[in-house]
Amino acid sequence: MVSRYFIDRNAKYLVLICATTSFVILAAIAIFTLREGLPAFQQVGLLKLIFGTEWRPTQEKFGILPMIIGSLAVTIGAMLLAIPLGIGCAVLLAEVAPHRIRQLLRPAVEILVGIPSVVYGLVGMLLIVPLIRDIGGTGYSIAAGSLVLTAMTLPTIISVSEDSIRAVPRRYKEGALALGANHWQTIWHVLIPAARSGILAGIILGIGRAIGEAMAMIMVTGNAVQIPNSPLDPTRTLAGGIAVEINYASGLHENALFAVGVVLFVLIMIINSFALVVMRRGGPAQDVC
Amino acid sequence: MQFVKKWKLFILPIFAVSFLAASALLGCAGGASNTITEAGSTTVQPLAEKLASAFKAKNPDVNIVIQGGGSGVGIKSVNDGTVDIGASSRELTASDPPLVKHLLARDGIAIIVPLSNPVSGLTIEQVRVIFAGNITNWSQVGGPDKGIDVVAREEGSGTRTAFEEMVMGKNALIKADAILQPSNGAVKTAVSSDPQAIGFISFGYIDSSVKALAINGVAATEPNAKNGSYPIVRPLYFLTKTQPTGLVKDFIDFCLGSEGQSIVAKEGYIPSM
Amino acid sequence: MSAKSRQKLAMVFIWGSGVITMLILFLIIGYVLARGLPAFSFDFLFTAPQGGLSGEGGISTAIVTTIYLVLLTLAILLVPGIGAAIYLSEYAKDNWLTRIIRYGVDTLAGVPSIVFGLFGFVLFVTALHFRFSLLSGALTLVCLLLPTLIRTSEEAIKAVPRSHREGALALGATKWQTIWHVVLPSALPGIVTGVILCIGRIVGETASLYVTMGGSAAMPSSLFSGGRTLSLHLFYLAMETRALEKAMATGAVLIITILVINTIVNWISYRFRARVLRGA
Repeated sequence: MVSRYFIDRNAKYLVLICATTSFVILAAIAIFTLREGLPAFQQVGLLKLIFGTEWRPTQEKFGILPMIIGSLAVTIGAMLLAIPLGIGCAVLLAEVAPHRIRQLLRPAVEILVGIPSVVYGLVGMLLIVPLIRDIGGTGYSIAAGSLVLTAMTLPTIISVSEDSIRAVPRRYKEGALALGANHWQTIWHVLIPAARSGILAGIILGIGRAIGEAMAMIMVTGNAVQIPNSPLDPTRTLAGGIAVEINYASGLHENALFAVGVVLFVLIMIINSFALVVMRRGGPAQDVC
Repeated sequence: MQFVKKWKLFILPIFAVSFLAASALLGCAGGASNTITEAGSTTVQPLAEKLASAFKAKNPDVNIVIQGGGSGVGIKSVNDGTVDIGASSRELTASDPPLVKHLLARDGIAIIVPLSNPVSGLTIEQVRVIFAGNITNWSQVGGPDKGIDVVAREEGSGTRTAFEEMVMGKNALIKADAILQPSNGAVKTAVSSDPQAIGFISFGYIDSSVKALAINGVAATEPNAKNGSYPIVRPLYFLTKTQPTGLVKDFIDFCLGSEGQSIVAKEGYIPSM
Repeated sequence: MSAKSRQKLAMVFIWGSGVITMLILFLIIGYVLARGLPAFSFDFLFTAPQGGLSGEGGISTAIVTTIYLVLLTLAILLVPGIGAAIYLSEYAKDNWLTRIIRYGVDTLAGVPSIVFGLFGFVLFVTALHFRFSLLSGALTLVCLLLPTLIRTSEEAIKAVPRSHREGALALGATKWQTIWHVVLPSALPGIVTGVILCIGRIVGETASLYVTMGGSAAMPSSLFSGGRTLSLHLFYLAMETRALEKAMATGAVLIITILVINTIVNWISYRFRARVLRGA
């Protein structure tokens, strides 16, 4: 029978190894993706790859600027809708809704979080694309992508924002009300600013999910690699672009797709770092009491 | 105080580990001796799945794995030895490795429009110019005054490569803002639901939800493709690295034989014999 | 505009957001069920997909593949995930090592699933020669899910009151004994919730498996067989066949699975909270 002290001494190292696994995997992802993408960066040239406007693998043209713009366009479009709706719904759940309604709405939000992205894509393809077609264009568009992403990111923003608003100390609210503010003024001028780091975290989470979404975007954006002129134009996102061609690609084309993966990875890291900086500055609300 | 007896903590890992062990053993034992693996063209995939089902019905302990991935993947994988059979929906070119070709079927590529479109035929010239983006309104080819929505396949698709070779030619490119869909089925869905769309799909995918245009006056039917009057026909190949033997040979013989070819015909392709 | 009318306007907007959110939910679930249930039947669940352009057959192989994948992924995931959570909540000091570890976990959480797919393709499918298989898919999923499991487990472990630990130590237990016999069992409901959340993500995950599991619709016979999970099958049905009703039916199965998973999670959390409130 092994002494319990032996186990105790060594358990520490076992769990330490477990803990470092994440970092090791992260490093491995960075290394392997970079390694596979490197030939494309070298042969096409870093600037030409990132800022080139034509993507025609059979002609050996690999410019990903249209896809970068595509990803940004659908994400920004989605955030324009999801942020106000999300915060509004979070406020509803945290402050305004009576308990019964909350018991209905909160589980509904949680169900929306769990629905697989392909289901969103399928509904988008069969329901949203025809609707947009009636407005203009082919229906496969930035607008369709944004609407699908709104539905996908809304629940994330709602649930994280609601938790943040609920976490604001009661005395903030009570202080404001005691000073004569009405409910809305309290929410708008006190609660939301106090919860802003958490709300921002939820938004960043949503943005991350939006930029990283591949399959649903393949189904609704039209996958056209061109610089769009209007929200009704078709487009291709970075993530969708990887998924739609990866099974067919070989040689330099395959390397180029890995390069797209590197760009996507870097883009997300920039957004996340930006978020960390903003959150640290916007920090926990100053406690004056 | 404990919510759940501690030993229950072990149920899932034990179950999972024993499953792992069992399947690892199964994997080694059951193994590759009666499995045929195929990968490649998504055009061929549904046909290959049907053929595999029929073959399995006659030989129940054979396992046939049909995967997609595209013609390029099919050629590469069979050359690497990753799969037994590669499927390609286009002719092999000089840059492809030398492989043994088995002509499974021939397949016309149909130019399709939605049922609501009054246009019923075009010349190959017109198709080329439309897909290149130089004709942008249906009224220019005898249709209503509406814009043309071009739908194509993604780069790397065998169907697209065949279309580019036979219709676009060396000098014209499919326009950059064409809607790209990753499979014949997706192209069909896109075209059938958009009154202004035009696209191309394999003959085998034609059904009552879209209209196949006559090209150069020749209707898009199997007999016309067979006798050569329909201009856009390409081969569907099963490729093997060397002359096939054993189970793979049996399967390919089955597909090329009368039973396999009748399935080919039933699915809407042109039998190779 | 007076403060009162501003408040009224704001309340309209707030309630409106709630209504819109509910509408989205009902729209998605309703549409999927409405178009999918007609294609749904007992046979559908238990026959294998036959292939072909009409997407004949059912989804039995997809269901089996999904279950296999979940079990395989969890088998590999549990030890590193919970181990890391134990380290972070019980052993970690505020030094550079811990900062690196946390950076790893936080950053990994943000990596998009398609990048995990590329990674899995390069490492597991190609370099390690696992080919398109359940194993490649599961290993890729493990990388993807580690941050999720670590975060939820860490929260669950941290929620165990200090008094529990102090009591055990006072009785002469070593640190590890305390963790193994006292802390973990108390944190179990929270950990189980995290595990079930991971199951939900496995069921819904597509992009990373699209590139690592191959598209075969056959029943997997070993760790090294490829296959399709339910989500992948839905994607293939929608994109390659004309069987959109079957795609919807698959979607319906997925949604029902998520509903069941959510209900189980809520039930466990409820019992957990009730127990804590009772002061067990």
